Amino acid sequence: MRYLGIEPIRPKVAVFDFTGCEGCELQLANKERTLGAFLRAIELVRFREVSSQAGQDYEIALLDGAITRTDEVERLREIRQRAQVLVALGSCACFGGVNRLKNGCDFKAMNRQVYGDMPKDTLPTRAMKEIVPIDLEIPGCPVSKEEVERVVQHVVLGLQYRFPVYPVCVECKQRFTTCLFEQGQLCLGPITQAGCEAPCPAGGLGCYGCRGPSKDPNLEEFKAQALERGFSQAELDEQLSFFGGFEELR
Amino acid sequence: MKLDVNIDVRHLTRIEGHGNIKIRIEGGQLREARWEVVETPRFFEALLQGKSWRAAALLTSRICGICSIGHSLASVRASEAAFGLEIPPAAAQLRLLAKHGETLQSHLLHLLFLAAPDFLGLPSAIPLLETKPEIFELAARLKNLANRLCDAVAGRTTHPVSIQVGGMARMPAAPQLAALREELRSSLYDLRTVVGLFRGFEIPDFFRETEFVSLQGQGAYPWIGGRLISSDAVDKAEHEYLAMTNEYVTPGSTSKMCKLSRKSFAVGALARFNNNHAALHPEALGIAHELGLRPTCHNPFMNNVAQLAECVHVTHESIALIDALLGVEGQLKLATEVTPRLGLGVGAVEVPRGILYHAYEYDEQGLLLRADCVIPTTQNNANIQHDIEALAAEYAGKGTTDEELEQLCSMLVRAYDPCVSCSVH
Repeated sequence: MRYLGIEPIRPKVAVFDFTGCEGCELQLANKERTLGAFLRAIELVRFREVSSQAGQDYEIALLDGAITRTDEVERLREIRQRAQVLVALGSCACFGGVNRLKNGCDFKAMNRQVYGDMPKDTLPTRAMKEIVPIDLEIPGCPVSKEEVERVVQHVVLGLQYRFPVYPVCVECKQRFTTCLFEQGQLCLGPITQAGCEAPCPAGGLGCYGCRGPSKDPNLEEFKAQALERGFSQAELDEQLSFFGGFEELR
Repeated sequence: MKLDVNIDVRHLTRIEGHGNIKIRIEGGQLREARWEVVETPRFFEALLQGKSWRAAALLTSRICGICSIGHSLASVRASEAAFGLEIPPAAAQLRLLAKHGETLQSHLLHLLFLAAPDFLGLPSAIPLLETKPEIFELAARLKNLANRLCDAVAGRTTHPVSIQVGGMARMPAAPQLAALREELRSSLYDLRTVVGLFRGFEIPDFFRETEFVSLQGQGAYPWIGGRLISSDAVDKAEHEYLAMTNEYVTPGSTSKMCKLSRKSFAVGALARFNNNHAALHPEALGIAHELGLRPTCHNPFMNNVAQLAECVHVTHESIALIDALLGVEGQLKLATEVTPRLGLGVGAVEVPRGILYHAYEYDEQGLLLRADCVIPTTQNNANIQHDIEALAAEYAGKGTTDEELEQLCSMLVRAYDPCVSCSVH
C-alpha cells in the first residue's frame, strides 16, 4: 500500500493466546469499517485464530490471556526473546482477569469438583508482567478496538500513547449516560481508568472495573460512600475483585 | 504409492482455542488418529461458587469471546428458572434479537474468515484484501452489521451488559432499530452473494452416521429454551439436561466428552437443521437445498452450509422481530423485579455451535451453591474424534500425501467451528 508513491513502514505483528476466552484478540478482527486500513497499517505475520500463516519474525507480540500452566510460562519466555515489544492485551494479560478469582480456591478441591479423579495441570493465575517484562498494557474485558487502533496509530507514527488518567465517570458524562451510582447501582466508574468510552453504564450495567484503577483513586472514600448507600461489604468485594485490577490496592 | 502418513498438528489454526491433530498410518493401516484438546482449564464451575446472582451472567460470559451473548442468555435463564421468574414479552423478543445478532456474527466469522480460506487455497482471509477486495469488503460489511446489531441490543457484542436477570436493562431507540432493520433487509443481497461464493466451493464428500441433539422447535426454529431432542428419538425436558449430556473425563483431554444413545453425538447448525428443518424460513431452506443439504445429512462438512442457511433464517427473523418491537405503542416493560430464593434452575440455549446448558443452585440470599455449564464443543469433541478416525481410515492405503490428509482433517475440525476454550472453561 502506497500513498504518494511512498512505501509506509509497517511493524511486524504477531498475536498469541494463553488462558482466556480469546475475546480480546477477536476484537482485532472487529470494527470492520476500518479493518482493511488496520491490516494495511501493520504486517500481521502470525495470528493463529484467523490465519494459518505462522511467521517467527516479528517485532511486536500482542498477548491475549493469563498464565496458568507451565507450558505457557515457557512459551511466553520464548516470545519475549523473539519480540522487541510485548503488549499485554486485555484484563487477563494485564491482571489475570477473572482467572485470578481461582487463586482464592483450594486447588485440589477445585480440580476434583470439575475433573473428578483425573485432575489436570494448573498453576495459580499470573499476569504477563509476573513472568516477563511487559512494554505496554492495554486493559479491558474485552479491550476496546478503538483504543487498540489509537495505540497502533501512535506506534506507526513513533509517538508515545498516553492512557487517560481520569476515571470512567468522565466518559459517562461525555456520552450523556445517566449516573447509575446515583440511581442505586454499585458502579466502580469513579475509581476505574477510562479509555473504554463507558459502554457498560450506557448499557445499564454498573462498572466492574475491568480496566483497573484510575490514577490516584480515592478507594477508601469510594468504599465509605458505597457502604453509606447501603451496599454490603460482600457486594463491594465481589465487584472489586472481579477482574483482578484492584488487587494491588486492596 | 505412499502408504505411510504422519500428521502432527500442534495448535490447529483458524479455530477458537487450542487443539492438536495426530494421525499415524503405517503400511496403509491406520495406527492412530486423535483430536486432542490441550486448552488450559479455567475451572469456571469452581469460580462461580459463592458468587451472587448478579455476577453469574457477567462471569460466565467470560467463558467465551465469541458466544458470550449465548452464555449470558443461558445464565439468566437458569437464574430465572431458579427464582421462578417470568420475563416480559418485549424482553424475550429483545433477547432473541441479540441471539440472532450473535448467530450472525459468529457464523459469518467462521464461514468467511475461518473456513472459506481452505476452499480458496489461502492461509487466511487477509490476502483477499489485495486479490479480491470486493469479497473482503462484503465479509467485513456483513460481520460489521451483525456486531452492531449485538451492540445495539445487548450493549456490547463481546461480553454483553444489557442482558440481566429479570429481563433486559434497556431498549434500543426506535430510529436505531428501524435503521438496523433496513440494513438487515439489504444484507440479504450480500448473503445471496455469499451463497454464490459457496456454490463454487467443493465440499468434501464424507459420511459417518451419528446422533444429532438440539432443542425442539415448537412452530419455530429453536433458539432459547424448550424440549431437548435427538435424532435417535430421545426427548427430555430442559431440566433433565444431565440425561442428555452424560459428561465424562478422559486422561488425554482437558475438555470433558459427552455421549447419549451411541458412542458420540453432534450439536450445532447441522443438528438443528436435521432436527428442525421444517421450521426454517423458506429462503433459508431453499439455499440449503441449492447447496446440496437435505435432512438427515450425516456429512459434518455440511455444517458450513447449515450455518449459511441459518444466517439467512435469522436475518429474516430479526427483521420480523424489529417489526414487532416497533409495532407496540407506548413504553414497553423490559424487566421483572428479582427476588432471590432457594432453588435450582436450568437454562438451555442454542448458541452458534450447538446447545448450551447452564444449571445453577442458589441459596436464600441468591448466592450460588453450585453451578454447571455444559458447552456445545464439549458435546462435539467425541464426535470430532470419531469422525477423524473414520476419515483417516478411509484415506489410509489410498496413497494420500501427509499434506492432503492434514488439510482434509483440519477442514473437518474447522467444519464444527469448535470453541475449544469454551469446551474446557
